[in-house]
Amino acid sequence: MNVVTPLNKLTPADFATDQEVRWCPGCGDYAILKAMQRTLADIGATKENTVFVSGIGCAARFPYYMATYGFHTIHGRAPAVGTGIKLANPDLDVWVITGDGDALSIGGNHLLHVLRRNVNLQVLLFNNETYGLTKGQYSPTSRAGTRSPSTPMGSIENPVSAVALALGAGARFVARSVDTMQKHLPVIFKRAHDHNGTSFVEIFQNCIVYNDEVFAEFTAKDVADDAEIILEHGQPLIFGKQKNQGLRVKPGFIELETVIIGEDGVTEEDILVHDETNRALAGMLALLEPPSMPVAIGVLYCDPRPSYDDGVKDHMDEALKHSSGHDINALLRRGHTWTITD
Amino acid sequence: MQFIGNQFTQSTALCGNDLATFPDFPAEIRAPAGTTFGVSAFQINFGASVIKTSGDDCDMVVAMNPAALKVELPELKLGGLILVDAGTFTERNLHKAHFDTNPLEDGSLSPYRLIELDISAMTLEAVKEFGLGKKEALRCKNMWTLGLVYWMYDRDRQVTIDWLNEKFANLPDLAAANIAALNAGHAFGETAEIPDGVHGFSIGKANIAPGEYRTVTGAEALSWGLVAGAKLAGLKMTFCSYPITPASSLLHTLSNLMDYDVVTFQAEDEIAAVCTAIGASYAGSLGITSSSGPGIALKAEAMGLAISAELPLIVVNSQRAGPSTGMPTKTEQSDLHQAVFGRNADSPLVVVASRSPSDCFYVAIETIRLAVKYMTPAILLTDGYIGNAAELWLIPDFDSFESFPVEFRIDPEGYQPFLRDEKTLARPWATPGTPGLEHRIGGLEKDFDTGHISYDSANHQRMTEIRAAKINGIADDIPLQTVEEGDGKGELAVVGWGSTYGPINRAVSALRDEGKKVSHIHIRHIWPLPKNLGDLLEGFDQVLVPELNKGQLSTLLRSQYLTDAQTLSKVSGQPFKISEIEAAIRDRLEK
Repeated sequence: MNVVTPLNKLTPADFATDQEVRWCPGCGDYAILKAMQRTLADIGATKENTVFVSGIGCAARFPYYMATYGFHTIHGRAPAVGTGIKLANPDLDVWVITGDGDALSIGGNHLLHVLRRNVNLQVLLFNNETYGLTKGQYSPTSRAGTRSPSTPMGSIENPVSAVALALGAGARFVARSVDTMQKHLPVIFKRAHDHNGTSFVEIFQNCIVYNDEVFAEFTAKDVADDAEIILEHGQPLIFGKQKNQGLRVKPGFIELETVIIGEDGVTEEDILVHDETNRALAGMLALLEPPSMPVAIGVLYCDPRPSYDDGVKDHMDEALKHSSGHDINALLRRGHTWTITD
Repeated sequence: MQFIGNQFTQSTALCGNDLATFPDFPAEIRAPAGTTFGVSAFQINFGASVIKTSGDDCDMVVAMNPAALKVELPELKLGGLILVDAGTFTERNLHKAHFDTNPLEDGSLSPYRLIELDISAMTLEAVKEFGLGKKEALRCKNMWTLGLVYWMYDRDRQVTIDWLNEKFANLPDLAAANIAALNAGHAFGETAEIPDGVHGFSIGKANIAPGEYRTVTGAEALSWGLVAGAKLAGLKMTFCSYPITPASSLLHTLSNLMDYDVVTFQAEDEIAAVCTAIGASYAGSLGITSSSGPGIALKAEAMGLAISAELPLIVVNSQRAGPSTGMPTKTEQSDLHQAVFGRNADSPLVVVASRSPSDCFYVAIETIRLAVKYMTPAILLTDGYIGNAAELWLIPDFDSFESFPVEFRIDPEGYQPFLRDEKTLARPWATPGTPGLEHRIGGLEKDFDTGHISYDSANHQRMTEIRAAKINGIADDIPLQTVEEGDGKGELAVVGWGSTYGPINRAVSALRDEGKKVSHIHIRHIWPLPKNLGDLLEGFDQVLVPELNKGQLSTLLRSQYLTDAQTLSKVSGQPFKISEIEAAIRDRLEK
């Protein structure tokens, strides 16, 4: 394939379509859309080689607002459609846009398997802990006790952790961000894009109509510094307004604890250093929950291995070495044949 | 049993006989030996005349244990030949097969000619020099029996000897033991005194047109047809499937054709399989998915997406007995309504049905031609019987097939994703990676002109109409319905589809020889139907539709043509017998 250097790099506006955006005013999806348009401009993506694939739900309208190729498919199945696109044309850059109901309920099986197979595409899960498009029922990420049209006495189910599930499924890239983190989102999107294999990104997204401020306890401006920990590979796991809180392994336990530097003899040397390639650490970070622990934001885990696409290509290359030039007549004559004469 | 059936098929083909086979085996992988539900059978019909079915009643039954005799005896003609391994007629085995008394002793087999031999003992004797364990040694008894049957029908053993040497290349002792058993069985036939009236049969060569031949199963012919069709379309194939009986053999065959640029994908479920195929088609490959009825049901929503997004998609349904899990290894034709109607909303697509193992090759190509030309999903109906059965095939010259190369849209000038070709009403196929054609599609209703999301009521009416018109218009692009056997007018038209072809054809031929005014019409294009079919049916006083279901094609014909099509239904998991169709025809003609 010829590599063509674009004369004029595209701007974020070039990735916007002329379609009227149909999300509710104030929806977190607007911010994610903006961050994505900026990311594609930053990484020098081309419109023609970029494909957004979605299932059903509010998030699933995303492709209509990107001036790239887009396929709005059926509920929960976008990872499967995305896999097909990559099988047919591995050179395309595929972004699967999904939500908590789409990816973790009706499409749970496909999420598990796309992650396990490690197909080279990005999965962005907009988690708003509710079914927005169907008017606010509790979702698989809703916390126990959530009151909704279908759970008037409160949900009696335990929620699933998207990132813990992704790690359990064998994902090699697992990250988290927040719709309002406009500087952080493009960084994570770029990391996800650059990763070979399936990149899984959970984005805490506010549903202003059915679940407003459901993440406010850790994302609100006044508490975020103390309630979130922003992960940086190779950097100590320090957080807090004063930058004096940190995570370490609780002595005598296999779990993390929050400590304050300068108290009880704790120094910065005692604080764990984030290692994206450490799966056990990623597993512990994934399960940190407020209010006792900070919510881990950033790249929890990144440890690439060959993608499914690489494997398919290797097998095809190997098989094509023995190809008879796709001669159908030879195919039809494989095995025993005989000729009958007059 | 299936292995030796296939061996007999090969050697019979090499003898110059025409043939058709019917493997009939249980769904369980290792069903308990000796039970009636564990009987694995292989039926072959061969002869010096043209063979169109795997046969009605058998001339000979080989029963390797009492259960096999119990299950297959009803298939044997009176006076037919029975060969049994008497060594297996133990009290325990008789009990397992639910015989109260030993049929070899109680006279119940007197209407037949019985050869009872202690095949087990003779096999052990024949292979003892190879030092196998008793269990392993007894496994050679099928070969001993095959050797005897080869002698009876004068077949050449060499093809089987070659096969054994190849199969057991790494276990030369096992190869040698099996060959010794085969030879011992054959030698027994030559030297031993077999009961009166039993002798070697000589079956002349069938009058077969000159050319290069092979035997082929439906699964093979279908796989090759899909590869051939993709090639004629100039497309790479992406075949996505989830394991299900009896469709899995397609996945297996195609997985070994990567050297033909076939990408296969074993999905996590049926829905993922069809969605992956749709994704592949969206990206410019030929997306194919394959399953059986229960799996097709799971794919229905995604097929609707392909209809709405107007993408080519091939869906192969190897039908089996249902509903629900039904009888996975038993054949049926009961998914016709599912294929034509089985989706939410008005969601028309193309349905084509194959009639025999080798016909799968041509039907696969035709299905692909229509799917890519009209940007539509197309369902190919086959069934468990066709998939497993084998027949002789005059191998076609692929160079004589007309190609139908797909032209992807690349010109951005005036492009809208749903602007249609005036003649075919198909939308352009524009694939990701093409500069200037970036567009968004999906399952929401689209504006007729721009392809953007539209909830406009008049637009939905118009889009629904044009989706139907596109599929109906295909009737102008498929062959007119012909009459397989007989005249275009008469007292009775026997109308069939799919695997009932052979028995219908033989039944009609036989009755025409008696001067009956009956004709055989066999429908390949189920939807849309050939445009002359209604007129054709009007030329007959009566219409009879034999189907392995409760009357699905006849319902379709009644609704389309207001014709009084009558159903001959059979849903026993077995193909029709010629005699059953003959009887039904006589019954109708006498009315």
